[in-house]
Amino acid sequence: MGALLSLSVVIVLVLIALAGVGGADLTLLFGVVIPYLAVATFLAGVVYRVVKWARSPVPFHIPTTCGQQKSLPWIKHSRLENPSSTIGVIGRMALEVLLFRSLFRNLKTELREGPRLVYGSDKWLWLAGLVFHWSFLIVLIRHLRFFTHPVPSLVFLIDSVDGFLQIGSPHLLMTGLLLLLAVTYLFLRRVFIPQVRYISLPADYFPLFLIMAIAASGILMRYFYKVDIVKVKELTMGLASLNPTVPEGIGTIFYVHLFLICTLFAYFPFSKLMHMGGVFLSPTRNLTNNSRMERHVNPWNYPVKVHTYEEYEEEFREKMKQAGIPVEKE
Amino acid sequence: MYDGGKIILGIAVFLAFATFPFYSNMGRTVPKAEPKIDTPVIQQMEEKECVEPKEFMRAEHMKLLNEWRDSALRDARRVYVSSRGKRYDISLQNTCMKCHSNKSKFCDECHGYAAVKPYCWDCHFVKEEARDEH
Repeated sequence: MGALLSLSVVIVLVLIALAGVGGADLTLLFGVVIPYLAVATFLAGVVYRVVKWARSPVPFHIPTTCGQQKSLPWIKHSRLENPSSTIGVIGRMALEVLLFRSLFRNLKTELREGPRLVYGSDKWLWLAGLVFHWSFLIVLIRHLRFFTHPVPSLVFLIDSVDGFLQIGSPHLLMTGLLLLLAVTYLFLRRVFIPQVRYISLPADYFPLFLIMAIAASGILMRYFYKVDIVKVKELTMGLASLNPTVPEGIGTIFYVHLFLICTLFAYFPFSKLMHMGGVFLSPTRNLTNNSRMERHVNPWNYPVKVHTYEEYEEEFREKMKQAGIPVEKE
Repeated sequence: MYDGGKIILGIAVFLAFATFPFYSNMGRTVPKAEPKIDTPVIQQMEEKECVEPKEFMRAEHMKLLNEWRDSALRDARRVYVSSRGKRYDISLQNTCMKCHSNKSKFCDECHGYAAVKPYCWDCHFVKEEARDEH
């Protein structure tokens, strides 16, 4: 089963970090070398994948539409669902990227007694997906406090809004918890919906377990098994300023957290996680539906050598006349 | 490459976000956080010890302060018995700040470095002496 395989891989990753830092004390490897390699892989890999996609021609405009096409002036045009202009496409893409509009239309299908096929509203995936992605983004921005000095005021603003419940000290940051809850839902959904379980592969479970482990280790580190946060920032600032130092005495759990993140970064360009870039490059979403207004010519059309009827008649006129075939020009 | 302009713009935006920590720290050195405990009260102490051991305080002071807040303000219990069996008056202003009168060189040193804004000072005020010292 894919889930068990993925879970074991994540457990092995945790054990590698525990053994490497807790056992063998390889803090330089886990604190500096692997993070740099992971970030380099991430940046180069993402750029490579995007450029590779961009090299595929998309000769025709093939948007998936779900609204009225621009037509006669008295027929109401659906600008966002069937955009005919770049502005419409930008609006459509913004809704897709920021609010997952296409997922909002998600339906569930059930075969009932009869047999009767019924469709029902199913917004849970959309909701969990939205919570997951936004929480992850906010958590990521929050982590800038380890990589900048002075820390941008945006980070303080996000931190104060995120922690406005002022539960406990260090105060509870909601997005960390929401991230863990949402990723757990996304996993359980794959297990409990038979159709989804059937199509789920290790490549689907692995990122979920990895992110679950990252969120869990982060939460443990913030609230329970505390690490020396000042030394953590010395290490991260060293990484960011390309002047790495490895302070002694940061807790091992920090290196587990860091190693899992490095795995995520290095794994990113080779996986389904590339939907981060792919969503912008979906031809079915980022193209205008203007096929009736503009002619799109296939760029690799081969110049076909044609022999028109006029030329043909010119060539064979005499023979055609002799054979009694009617000709257009005498 | 098709739509080269848009693709390159997109990649540039991605790289600008992803490498922000690197270029924003270019050629900048940040002084390390070094909290000072050289206040007059601490220097006069025979045995320099906090309410709990240093390691515990370093990791868990925020939790302790939160418990003190709840204990003093919600349960009206103002005596804290430490793990060494000593009794302390539960008060940020009169117990903590009596020794650590140098807020800007003690509290703010690490909090500023790690970008933590504790909400102690939403209610508590910083004593004038503490400010004047530095």
